[in-house]
Amino acid sequence: MVLGTYKEVVTARSTDKQIQKIAQDGGIVSALFCYALDEKIIDGAVVAGPGEDFWKPEPKVAMSSDEILAAAGTKYTFSPNVWMLKQAVRQYGLEKVGTVAIPCQTMGIRKMQSYPFGVRFLADKIALLTGIFCMENFPYESLKTFISEKAGVSPELVEKMDIGKGKFFIHTADDVIALPLKETHGYEQNGCKVCLDYVAELADVSTGSVGSPDGWSTVLTRTGTGETIFKAAVDAGVIETKPVNEGKFGLEMLTKLATQKKEKAMKVIDEKKAMGLPIPYKASSEKEDPLANI
Amino acid sequence: MLARIKQFLGMEAKPEEVASKQEVEKVAEEEKTRPRIGYIHLSGCTGDVMSLTENYDILAELLTDMVEIVYGQTLADVWEMPEMDLALVEGSVCLQDEHSIHELMEVREKAGLVVAFGSCAATGCFTRYSRGGQQAQPSHESFVPIADLIKVDCAIPGCPPSPEIIAKTVVAVINGDMDYLQPMMDLVGYTEACGCDLQKKVVNQSLCIGCGTCAMACQTRAITMTNGRPEVNCDRCVKCGICYIQCPRSWWPAERINKDLGL
Repeated sequence: MVLGTYKEVVTARSTDKQIQKIAQDGGIVSALFCYALDEKIIDGAVVAGPGEDFWKPEPKVAMSSDEILAAAGTKYTFSPNVWMLKQAVRQYGLEKVGTVAIPCQTMGIRKMQSYPFGVRFLADKIALLTGIFCMENFPYESLKTFISEKAGVSPELVEKMDIGKGKFFIHTADDVIALPLKETHGYEQNGCKVCLDYVAELADVSTGSVGSPDGWSTVLTRTGTGETIFKAAVDAGVIETKPVNEGKFGLEMLTKLATQKKEKAMKVIDEKKAMGLPIPYKASSEKEDPLANI
Repeated sequence: MLARIKQFLGMEAKPEEVASKQEVEKVAEEEKTRPRIGYIHLSGCTGDVMSLTENYDILAELLTDMVEIVYGQTLADVWEMPEMDLALVEGSVCLQDEHSIHELMEVREKAGLVVAFGSCAATGCFTRYSRGGQQAQPSHESFVPIADLIKVDCAIPGCPPSPEIIAKTVVAVINGDMDYLQPMMDLVGYTEACGCDLQKKVVNQSLCIGCGTCAMACQTRAITMTNGRPEVNCDRCVKCGICYIQCPRSWWPAERINKDLGL
């Protein structure tokens, strides 16, 4: 099952015009957090907020809708959100924390919940874990190379970046520069090469762009918590949904990309294991489903 | 009651009523065979056993109905070390203190399972920095994790270990849940812990993904994230091992996580 265990998969977007305008895709993460905050399902959320440098995010504890919306949009470099969870609970005194995480971050959080060795009174305070699809991530210097060197624009002029249709798009106010993805090869974070999770298989709700038309997101509800909150947000009219396209540009595409990521990673894992290097995952020969995230 | 404790610990995403009921009955039947637990205090600060008591909501039930505390300073007025099913050993052991060594050897003889309870017992932790030269025993300078001297069955590192992991471990022991305990049995071999393990065993091995779990887990705030990589302030690190242990790229309990989440 390359998409992980899920209860339902739909195509969805925020009904809020402001969120639609600033969101990377359908604004699902922003809409869910704003709704959960209003309904007191969470009392704050750890998000990838703006940092000091352009397009270099910093984990922030958002306690208002404005702070949540300030973090909208994908930044293609590290935001160690898991780090901020402890501050959210200790310094900010939050009892019910929401957080947005890429697959590897959901893995850190879930492992901490199952085995909270040194992590006191934190595991039970994660109230909503929203996962986002992730193919790979880039060090900040790689991102700067794409923007400044390859696209030849100043970082402060960039309004949005996104990866899709085999290209890395850099949007400015009056231009869109498309770098072929092969131009980005060699600039990825190395740790991503053994990652077996594309669609945040351990989140309460996972969302991402692939599988849905522009301005919409694909959403998978996974846990009971995730299902309940997402349904409530839909019932409240905060999020609108339509059936996911099962075909070539919908679920088929999502499944294809997830399979590709896992197959590629599995090959690297097997190679590294053959060299005797440490890898926390099983070799393909050791598991029933060679693409499972174990 | 066991079901209530599990629910408190979030160990079951979807408790099935029938199963819980059966389990409660089973535990009630087995109540006579509550595990006998001892607590041995070597060169530790009592913080680990304090953490045990921080399981406020379930502590009374845990101590009265589920386990039997048969030995331990601060817990029971017993002078002779009795036979125990499980011994929680807190603190490292001072090689110049014959009484500590003697007590540790006695624990190994009297206890079915010996647990390195807390990072001092498991990795040496803060006592790794001991170097003697202080009154009233200037020669007391060498402190080692207990696994250096005796065979240890299970380690619960942490400075201190969280109240939750202590309760989860006790419940797993009562249930005979060896799958849950396996990582703790594996961690017995991890005695030379340090914040620099993040660099050596994760970053150097091209495994780091900059998630920040290590920095979140560090109990002395010795770790910050710089450009997506952990930066360890060696002057603050107490060598408890928690950063590397909580890293999702050190070991990965996928099956347990799926079970806990009901996936």
